[in-house]
Amino acid sequence: MVDFGGWDMPVQYSSIIEEHHAVRRQVGLFDVSHMGEIEIEGPQAHDLVNYVATSAVSKMVDGQAQYAGLLYEHGGFVDDILIYRISATRFFLCVNAANQEKDYRHIRSVNRWECDVRFASKGYAQLAVQGPQARATTQKLTSVDLSAIRYYRFADGEIGGVSARIARTGYTGEDCFEVFLAPERAESLWRQLLAAGQEFGIRPCGLGARNTLRLEAGMALYGHEIDATVTPLEAGLMRNVDLRKDFVGRAALETQMTRGPRRKLAGFEMTGRGIARDGYEIWVDGAPGGWVTSGSPSPTLARNIGMCYLPPPVTEPGRTIEVIIRGQPVSAVTVPIPFYKRAR
Amino acid sequence: MYPGNYRYSKEHEWVSVEGDVGIVGITFHAQKELGDIVFVDLPKLGAKVEQGGVLGSVESVKAVSDIYAPVSGEVVEVNQALADAPEKLNEDPHGAAWIARMKLSSLAEMDGLLTAEDYQKYIGG
Repeated sequence: MVDFGGWDMPVQYSSIIEEHHAVRRQVGLFDVSHMGEIEIEGPQAHDLVNYVATSAVSKMVDGQAQYAGLLYEHGGFVDDILIYRISATRFFLCVNAANQEKDYRHIRSVNRWECDVRFASKGYAQLAVQGPQARATTQKLTSVDLSAIRYYRFADGEIGGVSARIARTGYTGEDCFEVFLAPERAESLWRQLLAAGQEFGIRPCGLGARNTLRLEAGMALYGHEIDATVTPLEAGLMRNVDLRKDFVGRAALETQMTRGPRRKLAGFEMTGRGIARDGYEIWVDGAPGGWVTSGSPSPTLARNIGMCYLPPPVTEPGRTIEVIIRGQPVSAVTVPIPFYKRAR
Repeated sequence: MYPGNYRYSKEHEWVSVEGDVGIVGITFHAQKELGDIVFVDLPKLGAKVEQGGVLGSVESVKAVSDIYAPVSGEVVEVNQALADAPEKLNEDPHGAAWIARMKLSSLAEMDGLLTAEDYQKYIGG
């Protein structure tokens, strides 16, 4: 067990590799109740969310989810979040556990529309069912037609005798359902989901597999690929930025787009023997050039992979770089992100 | 589980003495805490390492851990089989997955290590 933002969470239930394969091949169940929730309500809730988030919030319809950045004025990330639109006057945000208090303060600091911004984390537990059998598993416990919930959509309904928000969102690159529910009902639903998924070989999964799965899928993790010093342009997240609207951080981002960023996120694969880890230095053409943001063995690809920041010309796939592992340079080659994409 | 004729370090290595050579490995407890071991940086043949010095490292999916020399000496043989099959460290840490054989500098150092019984108490087992 590790302490994670005040939560005791298992890195693994059985084995990270077995849990990882279960999600890629069958189905895995994650308790992600540590995630924070913020509710925003008011006649102009849409305007506040559209201003504080980078994404095209005005294009969202009721029952839709969207990935977005929350930026400081200087363009760095306060957090990366999922926005759920309940209606034009009600939004629900899922945010990183470690950032939830500063997210809340940040949103309130730009709330000139007098919306009701509520810190709601204590009211929600969150269970994530991920993998090719996620739908078959989850469907056994609910009368809500899950095939009608498209990717990045959600519905409120009853599951396992509990009222919940059921979203087709996830953090593994597989088909996925995330269920938000009252904390006191979470243990019951956890047991019911494990029982429902038994015929498919469901496994409870910990933080370790969550990290290897999101890394293969090329998804950013706050504190690694993104933080207050990194912009969406550097992190390769411009597809989640709507430049046709005004939002916090826009001016700084435009300035950086004009001047060009000094570094960009890239994927790499080790060609020499060794595993790159977060924070390791990277050398390019015999000089320090960047650093590893996330590095791990990839159970699916059976290779050692990672993401890193490099000067923009070096980020094109196929460039040779060197990762400094315990003082020794070990060869790697840049590759496209994501490392893994499921067949649809 | 923990052979009675081995001695153990608080850093979770074991050593078994044959004449003036010590066979060194990591403990069952160590591999269990690490989880799936996927990479081993083996000691260098001929390296002279002091007790407590870094002998090599093992990596699980999640993390890197140094292997410390439980005794002082010279590395006279390394278990090359682990380079291609690091998972053996999860399967048989006290046997086939030994890490190195060291020519011991001082047999007296063995007295400062833990017995199987003391080690099990130390790890709370």
